[in-house]
Amino acid sequence: MMAVIAVGIALSCFKLLLINSYKSTDFDVHRNWLAITHSLPVRKWYYEETSQWTLDYPPFFAWFECALSQLAAFFDPAMLKVENVDYRSSATILFQQLTVIVSDVMLIYAVYELYAFYQKTQPKVTEHEDFFRNPVLVQCTLLLTNFGLLIIDHIHFQYNGFLYGTLLLSIVRIYQGRHMSAAFWFAALLNFKHLYLYVAPAYFVYLLRCYVFQSKDDGSLNWRSFSILRLIGLGSIVLFVFGISLGPFVILNQLEQLKTRLFPFKRGLCHAYWAPNFWALYNVADKAATVVGTKLGLVSIGNHTASMTGGLVQEFKHAVLPSVTPLVTLVLTAFSILPCLYLLWSGPKGPQSFVRALVLCGFGSFMFGWHVHEKAILMMIIPLCLLVQERKRDASVLLLMSTIGHYSLFPLLFTQFETPIKVCLMLLTTVYAFSSIANVYKDKGTSSSLPLLSTVESVYLLGILPLELYNSVGHTLLGLTDKLPFLPLMMTSVYCAIGVTYAWLKFYWISYKDVPKLEKHD
Amino acid sequence: MTMLDCSKVVIATLCAILLRWCVSQGGYSGSGKPPMLGDYEAQRHWQEVTVNLPLQEWYVNSSHNDLEYWGLDYPPLTAYHSYLCGLVARFFNPEWVALNTSRGHESYQHKLFMRYSVMIADLLLYFPMVYWIFAARKPHPSDADSVVKSYLLMLLYPGLILIDYGHFQYNCISLGLALGAVCALAHGRELLGSTLYCMALNYKQMELYHAMPFFCYLLGPCLRNLFHGGFTHLVKIGMVVVGTFTVCWVPFLTSVDLALQVLHRLFPFARGIFEDKVSNIWCSLSVLIKWKQVMSRDQILLMCLCSTGVCLLPSSLDLLIQPTFKKFRYALVNSAMIFFLFSFQVHEKSILIPALFVCILIPDHPFWCIWFLQVSTFSMLPLLIKDGQLIAYVALMVLYPLVYYNLYPKVVQYGPSTTTEKWADIFAKLGFCISCVGQLLLSVAMVIFPPPAGLPDLFPLVISVFSCAHFLLFTLYFHVQQFTSGPYVNTGAIKSEAKKIKSSKNTNMNKAKLENTTKNKGKANKLKLRKKKHD
Repeated sequence: MMAVIAVGIALSCFKLLLINSYKSTDFDVHRNWLAITHSLPVRKWYYEETSQWTLDYPPFFAWFECALSQLAAFFDPAMLKVENVDYRSSATILFQQLTVIVSDVMLIYAVYELYAFYQKTQPKVTEHEDFFRNPVLVQCTLLLTNFGLLIIDHIHFQYNGFLYGTLLLSIVRIYQGRHMSAAFWFAALLNFKHLYLYVAPAYFVYLLRCYVFQSKDDGSLNWRSFSILRLIGLGSIVLFVFGISLGPFVILNQLEQLKTRLFPFKRGLCHAYWAPNFWALYNVADKAATVVGTKLGLVSIGNHTASMTGGLVQEFKHAVLPSVTPLVTLVLTAFSILPCLYLLWSGPKGPQSFVRALVLCGFGSFMFGWHVHEKAILMMIIPLCLLVQERKRDASVLLLMSTIGHYSLFPLLFTQFETPIKVCLMLLTTVYAFSSIANVYKDKGTSSSLPLLSTVESVYLLGILPLELYNSVGHTLLGLTDKLPFLPLMMTSVYCAIGVTYAWLKFYWISYKDVPKLEKHD
Repeated sequence: MTMLDCSKVVIATLCAILLRWCVSQGGYSGSGKPPMLGDYEAQRHWQEVTVNLPLQEWYVNSSHNDLEYWGLDYPPLTAYHSYLCGLVARFFNPEWVALNTSRGHESYQHKLFMRYSVMIADLLLYFPMVYWIFAARKPHPSDADSVVKSYLLMLLYPGLILIDYGHFQYNCISLGLALGAVCALAHGRELLGSTLYCMALNYKQMELYHAMPFFCYLLGPCLRNLFHGGFTHLVKIGMVVVGTFTVCWVPFLTSVDLALQVLHRLFPFARGIFEDKVSNIWCSLSVLIKWKQVMSRDQILLMCLCSTGVCLLPSSLDLLIQPTFKKFRYALVNSAMIFFLFSFQVHEKSILIPALFVCILIPDHPFWCIWFLQVSTFSMLPLLIKDGQLIAYVALMVLYPLVYYNLYPKVVQYGPSTTTEKWADIFAKLGFCISCVGQLLLSVAMVIFPPPAGLPDLFPLVISVFSCAHFLLFTLYFHVQQFTSGPYVNTGAIKSEAKKIKSSKNTNMNKAKLENTTKNKGKANKLKLRKKKHD
């Protein structure tokens, strides 16, 4: 218990050291939101567009910014002026960074609750507070020291620690059997950031199946156990939260405006840097087909070379393969998550099945979603950490996913002072993950493979090293920076996309194949 | 070494690198304040001078080399190092080291270059030495991870990180060399040790703080067996020392004037008795006595010399009479502390020199060492605030004890068995708590309240006096430890070994026998070793 708190405090100290580091435009985004929520009346929040960084998070987040802005005035009142676009005084940086560090308490609290839960249910496992032997402590440390959260929140600048903390808390509440509370926290989370809508189906199915209905002794659904009271309870909690959040805007008749702000489908299939998902592979297949086709004289369209270099930043039309519309992505996402929902419905074996479904929902939306950000990869990695002590196979998927997923975040940080930080931190978290999990499962690996992984998987993961070497040094040395400036980014996202796709299929496979065992350690 | 141990070392190393690099993102001495500047500019300027001027002019005032402007005042090895860095700097961007025109140069790229240069020196020299010194020790029987723990705690020492990567200096090099010398002596390689120590001395003259223990530890055994090979050994060591010095100084020995000029640059007696506010005796007493008004400069010099010399005697004589490695380690701390407290022209950063060898005592006295390391960092607070390192200071100062308490959940003391020892333990803990509260209050006061109009230096002075009181206590403590440490090895280790044997006796007689024989073997080996050392 003390160890979890100690890690939390130690990490907060480390986060303090990152105050001087590079900040992306997300910093200006959040500064602008502070200004909007502080100096404008509520009815103007979703209309204000002095800065290009308009408010596009749900109302709870706006209120969160509004609360923070009350304190901001003590640091530097100038940051609260809407017209001060891209304002970055040192007091502003200090204040905003501190708000991220403080709001991370949510994550620490959630992890603390998780540890307390295991301490209660599995006192034997949690007896020794050894960071390399106690599987629960390993799991908690992995959650707290997540590479993605650290660099995205404390260098790039966002509030993911707080948001994922809320998600974790609601998962822990499900572990504890406090389903109402879980529903409350998840509903609140949706009103902080609507991105989490992607995993809502897992919540819906699980709560319906395991709370509103009950299982028979053999694990199958007992249709007679339907409890209308529980359904009403859950429904009213969710409606209550949404009512508080959206109510004022319904009264102001701004729901339409809110919708256009929150779901901007004009953006394009892929983000500037392709998230390593199905569409990255699709794009590259299109490129390859175009190049080959032109060579063979099958396709005749001009400026392919132009789109090869410049195409990555803008949305671009596929040349050979059919272009993709938002509706297609939506349908594909729905199809990709249906099997896991069915699995959850047909035979849930406790909260772990729910976490599995959650991860698979995250995977589905990440693989096929519209305009997916690379940061969304945390949606799989963080819940996967919860499965680390379940079974060796789950742990192996986590190792794969965390390594490849964290590496795919590298392009977020490109400034020279931050390079050693991202490299060291990545190595640190990866070495810790491998050594602690290998120690928990007493698997040393063989001479040709890393612990818990097969030879092919090991080779693939180690392939990151030459890839990164090429991206950071080789590309410049070869003098290709002007000719093919986006090649390193493209290679990174394609390489990672292969791994993510593989991990997704593997995880689907083992979720189907094995029946999860509960209370293995008792 | 198993995979797990290996990865623990890797993790500790990565943590240390990461913290260092994060600190280095912040300000350095004189960053963004052009007329003031600081050690960062001094180091850059030395690169500029050494790269552009012929070697004979490095230490000499000339139209191209204004010694008033951050003139070179470190020994030759520093100058060569600057030359090396200067060459690399010129390769990347000639403007960084252009003669005269580059003064006060500051840029993102240049800062990156300078920070990398410290990191590389640190990784190549300091890190391996730190690992070596702990790996050389017999592993603690009840604690398998003691090597990694001490390694991590030594690398995370906030003082050194903040000065090297915040303020900007290359302390890791001189300290790493001194550490290497001690490692070599630990392995009985006395000639290598002498060479390394001379190199440390030729990198930074402040390493003189350690001269006495090295001298006594090497001389002691020779004197004992003076007519049984001791004399030849002494001559060998002497030749190595003279040889190392000659090699380092050879370019400056072309004329007597030049050599004297370099020496003159290294020992600036014309400067004050202390620099800024230092936590030593003279600065603390200056509250009551205004030295400059009472005494002439020569008198002050004499006073410093005499007091340092007299106070050095106890620990040095003790070591000379019983030159064991254990006493040597304490003497290194004691001598450096005496120098810091009593000598002339002391900087607040010089506390790093005693702190280095306090670090290697961490496995024996974790509690006292961590306390010392914490206070030593605190004593540099005014300097760190000036450098804009306040946030880094707070972060590291919270982190350090936290790491310590997690690594040593119950302080592994070698059994405070008697009642007096128990009381002493309680008093020490109480003192530690009071000290922490004091540090906290003073830090907060210094940051929040503006000093009263008449006394601009009030807080730095109070901090100095407060830290000085601590340092006196620590000096006393480590002296006592040196005097009471027996002539033979670590009693704690033997005690716990005996305990182990006792417990295994109860369960398994055979095993006990085995343990006994190995113990005897170990003893025999130890005796052999000692014999070897004395030969």
